[in-house]
Amino acid sequence: MIDILEQRKGQVYDDSSKPFDISCEKNSVAGSVSQRACVFCGSRVVLYPIADALHIVHGPIGCAAYTWDIRGALSSGPELHRNSFSTDLQEKDVIYGGEKKLEQALLELIDAYQPKAAFIYATCIVGLIGDDMDAVCRKVSQLKRIPVIPVSSEGFKGSKKTGYVAACRALFKLVGTGSTEGIRKHSINILGDFNLAGELYMIRDYYERMGVQVVATMTGDGRIDDIRRSHGASLNVVQCSGSMIHLATMMEEKYGIPFIRVSYFGIEDMSKSLYDVADFFKDPEMKTRTIDMVRDEINAIMPDIKKYRKLLAGKRAAIYTGGAFKAFSLVRSLRTLGMKTVVAGSQTGNKQDYELLLQLCDDGTVLLDDTNPLEIAKYIKEKNVDLFIGGVKERPVAYKLGIGFCDHNHERKKALAGFPGMINFAKEVHSSVNSPVWKLLKK
Amino acid sequence: MLLRHTPKEITERKALTINPAKTCQPIGAMYAALGIHKCLPHSHGSQGCCAYHRSTLTRHYKEPIMAATSSFTEGSSVFGGQANLVTAIDNIFTIYEPDIIAVHTTCLSETIGDDVQQIARKAREDGKVPDGKFVIHASTPSYVGSHVTGFANMTKGMVDYFAKSTDKTLDQINIVSGWVEPSDMREIKRIAALMGVNIVLFPDTSDVLDAPQTGTHEFFPKGGVTIEQLKSTGDSKATLALGAFASKDAAKLLHAKCGVPYETLELPIGISATDRFLESLSLTSEKPVPEELTRERGRLVDIITDMHQYFYGKKVALFGDPDHLIPLTEFLVNLDMQPVHIVSGTPGKRFEIQIRGLLDGRGFEYNVKNGPNADMFRLHQWIKNEPVDLLLGNTYGKYIARDEDIPFIRTGFPVLDRIGHSYFPVLGYTGGMLILEKILSALMDRKDRNAPETSFELVM
Repeated sequence: MIDILEQRKGQVYDDSSKPFDISCEKNSVAGSVSQRACVFCGSRVVLYPIADALHIVHGPIGCAAYTWDIRGALSSGPELHRNSFSTDLQEKDVIYGGEKKLEQALLELIDAYQPKAAFIYATCIVGLIGDDMDAVCRKVSQLKRIPVIPVSSEGFKGSKKTGYVAACRALFKLVGTGSTEGIRKHSINILGDFNLAGELYMIRDYYERMGVQVVATMTGDGRIDDIRRSHGASLNVVQCSGSMIHLATMMEEKYGIPFIRVSYFGIEDMSKSLYDVADFFKDPEMKTRTIDMVRDEINAIMPDIKKYRKLLAGKRAAIYTGGAFKAFSLVRSLRTLGMKTVVAGSQTGNKQDYELLLQLCDDGTVLLDDTNPLEIAKYIKEKNVDLFIGGVKERPVAYKLGIGFCDHNHERKKALAGFPGMINFAKEVHSSVNSPVWKLLKK
Repeated sequence: MLLRHTPKEITERKALTINPAKTCQPIGAMYAALGIHKCLPHSHGSQGCCAYHRSTLTRHYKEPIMAATSSFTEGSSVFGGQANLVTAIDNIFTIYEPDIIAVHTTCLSETIGDDVQQIARKAREDGKVPDGKFVIHASTPSYVGSHVTGFANMTKGMVDYFAKSTDKTLDQINIVSGWVEPSDMREIKRIAALMGVNIVLFPDTSDVLDAPQTGTHEFFPKGGVTIEQLKSTGDSKATLALGAFASKDAAKLLHAKCGVPYETLELPIGISATDRFLESLSLTSEKPVPEELTRERGRLVDIITDMHQYFYGKKVALFGDPDHLIPLTEFLVNLDMQPVHIVSGTPGKRFEIQIRGLLDGRGFEYNVKNGPNADMFRLHQWIKNEPVDLLLGNTYGKYIARDEDIPFIRTGFPVLDRIGHSYFPVLGYTGGMLILEKILSALMDRKDRNAPETSFELVM
């Protein structure tokens, strides 16, 4: 029996005979092998898919090295974002300040690449040595006549969630600075999809087939000029509420653009995200087109889904995601495949998220906030789990415990969103849960 | 083309690193600490650092990487991280029960001036460190050196905290492994065993990061150098430090602290460097090189004999860590190949001096650069100006290989897109055979691919 750290007991709900309670949105316990990251990480993953911008990490080399093209966010055009630009601060810069170096780096880069805009990410050290990034950005921006935007992403300022807010603030500086000419009434911005494995292409295509104009995609396959005029859209459609909800809220306040929250994972949520947009525009023809499209798409995938459901029915899953919103879709998708979610958790969920998650799951489901590998191992064993859904650091733990794994995070290799994504998901889950390798290790 | 953003024309850059050929110190310290038995590495800084290092090591090894963090907040960065570290030490010993916590610092905790040694002492005084358990540390600011420096610093920390000399001299040799793979560490132990030499190898990540699949997750796998072994290094006959950049500091300290004589060698990559390693091991241990190793050498030379025409004159670009690049360059020269572009992000003047020593007067022009601004962007520009037949380096080389359509062999750290490095050594004569096999396969596959049907040959 593995113990749980005393300070963490409130962040685990594992006894369904007791009334629901979970404490969350706390700083991680020092010394815990937390799976969480930092503010910089949050800002970097959100902004980096903008393909025609410069992304410069202002700090020592590590922060730039670890985030060099890690997310697999695809671009249909420029790929400037897949390079790693850094001021590579040295000891003397830490002592005398890095402002000059940053300015020089910006000038060199802007001359070389003529980008549409530049994002400058602050790292821990920059927050400490007190470089005035705002002043440098202002100066270079005036000189080179492109937006040069500081991102206040010092690592120690909070969790990944704080980084999402910083990223949204940076984006918000661009919004409203471009012409809205040619934007139709039936228009949206897609927020919170990062075009992993080309998922955005599919989503964009669905909306366009419905007759909706997509103004800006933030940030998957993102372009600066689109973002600058995104305030001309009639609706913000927000996925991954953790990262982009702040931008949607700010745009609603300033430009009066309403937003809806959606998810593109699983048949139910994918369909709903299309219907909700059609309903918003109150256009009967669009609604009809949407119904037809959804029906065709579902019909196309159902034979495969049924095949996989036979192979997966009754299997038990544990899910651990960054934000909690994705977990809802996963629970539903697993149910589509006849599977049960018995452990669910997230790095940054809030109490309402967990309450909803518990309602979605079957009785007896364990909830975990900001968990660690020991707890993961404990509940995988206790709950007899067959499949773990998580990110890069969880995969080998699951494998060592002899169970299947599906990366629903940065390292997905096939699109998991959209209708065909459901087949990919089912196939990936099946290939792992029912792999013959698990029989090999039983002596 | 993915990196079409790299122009051929080379302009001087002053303030900018593009596509680095290095990363920061703490990850090296974390990797080294994983080579101690029952050790939990601890990152004294923001959560992101620890998450990034664990993710990168996980991607490289496909193994669970356990490490804890002080989880700095805005408060700790103002008031210091002492409270966080003391709490962390308490929590770690309570729940994870390691024998050692190996703390490394970050740019954040270094700059605010946390004194980890003093904090660890306080934790012990407060009863947070159980008897027989240890907290060691290394200072690893990210704005100094590179990941290799961090590895060297943590390895030195092992000596600093544990090495003791008593009156007796033990019949054993210390080998400071350098930043190599678990497979390489295993190979060093195999060679020593064949020779009948008792060694203490540190750090030693074999059986930690190449753990077998058993259906259970061992939080602390069976491998790693033990505390007892580390203590005994002070009584060893001699120390062989493999790789000056990663290992010399530890050997030097061991000499200063316990009077153990040391010799710094290149990593035994390729024939000449392996010859020198075996010679030194044989001399210090007074044991002859066994027949079996001589025969391994013979097999390696036999491959080169059979295939030397395929190596001749081929131009190679390579990048990575100095300790690997120096013997690798020497090996390539042995093979009659031409290493024409060499880049390492790790600073240190002796790198360039050594490479020049190996390449000057060989009859071909070459480029070598290390330290700040020695990055993959520059390497790519060099290759555009002087194309090569082969590229050797870590996974980040794949962009250049694709853009320029060059055969590419993955070696070094990190390798994020292939397996093998954990299991097949590149050290020693056996490792040399693997390198040859990889080079030949890459070159000959390319020859086959490019050959017109009329000259597509069955026998090569």
